[in-house]
Amino acid sequence: MITAAPPVTPKKNYINATEGLKSWLLTVDHKRIGILYLLGVTFFFALGGLFAALIRLELATPAGDLVESNTYNKFFTMHGIIMVFLFLIPSIPAVLGNFLIPLMIGAKDVAFPRINLLSWYIYMTSGLFVLTSLFMGGVDTGWTFYTPFSSSYSNGYVVATGLGIFISGFSSILTGLNFIVTIHRMRAPGLTWFRLPLFVWAHYATSMIQILGTPVIAVTLLLLVLERGFHIGFFDPAYGGDPVLFQHMFWFYSHPAVYIMILPSMGVVTEIITTFSSKKPFGYTFIAFSSVAIAVFGFIVWGHHLFVSSQSVYAGMVFSILSYVVAIPSAIKVFNWTSTMYKGSVRVTTPMLYALGFIGLFTIGGLTGLFLACLGVDVHLTDTYFVIAHFHYVMVGGAIMGFLGGIHYWWPKIFGKMYNEGWSKLSAVVVFIGFNLTFFPQFLLGYMGMPRRYHVYPPEFQVLNVLSSAGASILGLGYLLPFCYLIWSLKYGPDAPPNPWGATTLEWTTSSPPPTENFEVTPVITQEAYTYAPEEVVHVG
Amino acid sequence: MGQKSFQLFPEAASTIAGQVDGLYAYLVLVSAFFSLLIAFLIVFFAIKYRKRGDEIPAPVDEHSIGGMLLEIVWSVIPLGLSMVMFAWGASIFFTESRPPADSMEIYVTGKQWMWKIQHNEGSREINELHIPVNRDIKLTLTSEDVIHDFYVPAFRTKTDVLPGKYTTEWFRPTKVGEYHIFCAEYCGTKHSGMIGTVYVLSQEDYNKWLGEGSGEGSMAEQGQALFNQLGCGNCHASLINKGNGRCPNLNGVFGTTVDLKDGSRVRADESYIRESVLYPQAKIVAGYDDIMPTFKGLITEDGLLKLVEYVKSLGNPNGTQTSVVPAATQTSATEPKTRQQDKTSPQAGSVPRNR
Repeated sequence: MITAAPPVTPKKNYINATEGLKSWLLTVDHKRIGILYLLGVTFFFALGGLFAALIRLELATPAGDLVESNTYNKFFTMHGIIMVFLFLIPSIPAVLGNFLIPLMIGAKDVAFPRINLLSWYIYMTSGLFVLTSLFMGGVDTGWTFYTPFSSSYSNGYVVATGLGIFISGFSSILTGLNFIVTIHRMRAPGLTWFRLPLFVWAHYATSMIQILGTPVIAVTLLLLVLERGFHIGFFDPAYGGDPVLFQHMFWFYSHPAVYIMILPSMGVVTEIITTFSSKKPFGYTFIAFSSVAIAVFGFIVWGHHLFVSSQSVYAGMVFSILSYVVAIPSAIKVFNWTSTMYKGSVRVTTPMLYALGFIGLFTIGGLTGLFLACLGVDVHLTDTYFVIAHFHYVMVGGAIMGFLGGIHYWWPKIFGKMYNEGWSKLSAVVVFIGFNLTFFPQFLLGYMGMPRRYHVYPPEFQVLNVLSSAGASILGLGYLLPFCYLIWSLKYGPDAPPNPWGATTLEWTTSSPPPTENFEVTPVITQEAYTYAPEEVVHVG
Repeated sequence: MGQKSFQLFPEAASTIAGQVDGLYAYLVLVSAFFSLLIAFLIVFFAIKYRKRGDEIPAPVDEHSIGGMLLEIVWSVIPLGLSMVMFAWGASIFFTESRPPADSMEIYVTGKQWMWKIQHNEGSREINELHIPVNRDIKLTLTSEDVIHDFYVPAFRTKTDVLPGKYTTEWFRPTKVGEYHIFCAEYCGTKHSGMIGTVYVLSQEDYNKWLGEGSGEGSMAEQGQALFNQLGCGNCHASLINKGNGRCPNLNGVFGTTVDLKDGSRVRADESYIRESVLYPQAKIVAGYDDIMPTFKGLITEDGLLKLVEYVKSLGNPNGTQTSVVPAATQTSATEPKTRQQDKTSPQAGSVPRNR
């Protein structure tokens, strides 16, 4: 696929505009900052994945024969902390959101370019804290840091890790703040709210959660550090605290945080399905407002994590019914995505495979959430592998499928290169199969009663655990593939045209990769984001 | 149970288990229907509407296919189905949260990484729980250190076991057998080793097992010994109390509603007794002064449970202990309004108040 044409001077774009490491480390270009984030989250994804591999390896047999219990507990803790705080939360917003929101709204950059760079440095600093605690010996509290275990009993590096997460919160807040101001103030002339791509709506809703919710986890972790370091009693009854208070505060952030992870992915999937159906998304306003509804209702369901924690029966009922209400906007999205394909012109490309995989897995993830919102059934299922399977269907099957779909969809725009279609389709299929084999058996394990965070387990659970571990190795292979062929494409892939997919949103109207200033002339918008009317069709390259 | 090498569905061995499984079946059916529907539509649309040539189809007018109506339909139907889930789940949960009044009471203390279990009759076990079949069993649970969770999958029930607090869990086993006890809340290094076994025995076998008892006397008797050892009787025994009114009489106080100095009221349950021993200043009974010292650090969680059981037995006509003389003379005009226990014994519910 190497072009035979004589080399021509490449067009100026954001990648070759300036050279040298310094020009990257001090850049204020939102596109370059997106790339910096891509490097960061890829590193932490690999690290978190390594811990997942070790967990599955240990669980292949019922006995604790690979590592000691303490080490195993550190594995799942580091896996959770790295994946949640250093990968999932920043992944789509800070990489794709950063790169695309200004392009999608016809702006030259985000509203506060320097704050944007600052947020990357804050993110990397928090990563250093977490890595430091890891190298000192790690932490064994689980990513949920439940007290009084974390505050008074754990002998891991709770303070260093907690401070790392505390710091990463500021990065998240600054990104959210930047997006909100950017979307409000920097839209191109004529780009009204209902002409915005739905990806932008999804990020707007996500940003609301980031700036409203993140301060709560910051305060919570600070109180935890105060109690652990100075025995100021908040959570440990020995100092007059209440251990369940911690759970309320933790989930007040961490449940909405689930939507920080999934909403951007939903935005990505909406774009992909629309483009590859060559059709306006079905129910634009419903998809847009369901994002906002999820963000708002997401804040009032945290108590469904506490059904068996001595919370009052009536509080349990309120949180249960509210949890069902927050499920409806997600259902609306799934039905609208499906209907978008109806009477479209569907092309099953690699991004589309990932997006369709997302719908399937997210549907299962969402529906199993109904089991856990159901009081009588949750008493049996909570803290078992059913919960693990459920949230991996949402966060891995959902958020990561969306992330990979988005990376494949916008790769030609970001790097100006096309990747190999055969290999990339294979990766999507391998990831889908590996994922289901890994996590579906865990639903069965959960209903049988296998608790989560068990290093050693009774032998009757082994067959399903072996299936899960086998699936994990396939899944790991599926994640390695894109890593190889995408990097390969940077050097050997054919150049990408400005609009390889025949999409209609603004980012495809500029060159690939875009120039530093994004658009040579500020675009003026006269129509909705998704206009595929036949008379306006441009030939798709 | 555990001898099988492979299984796909847990054993159901309590009255609640069948109900939970029924609701689970409903959830599985609804989920399977929608998952398959969506999967089918995606594959069907991807094939039927696959791109042919370079033509882009005419845009579908959402209104012409009833877009708004569709949105309403696919919002309202899932909402309806999920409200059934909510109501059904809530009703089971309500049952799970209310132990029947005549349940057999057993006390559980969790600590890193073991379960200590005390029976009323005085037997104690570790990581094992022997109970008779077809009896309502109520557990009162607390932790000595971190949060644990007492989970018996075969009974489909669990509850968190918290430090500084009592929680309850109840079940009615329906099948003789052996079932797993798991700690379901991560509690540190040997969390996965904090497991045990429930032995559900026939009434006969259970009586035989009880017969092998500890010989240390019932929990209430052990509690009385502690009561004397810690000198509680110096003030709380009503013979002394009668004269100076330094402190409330404990006879029959359990289960009543107590008026407090600050005007609020509290139900004298297990948690209240526990709190009054450890943090006596937290809730002062109306008419008394804040003079009781704390017993924090002087008594273990196991010991506290014995004291609670002793206080429960006071004034109970069927109790093993009635050695504290009822404060019959202290009848007061402001006698507590509710008496949930001991309707047979007129004096038993009264809390003396000297003003």
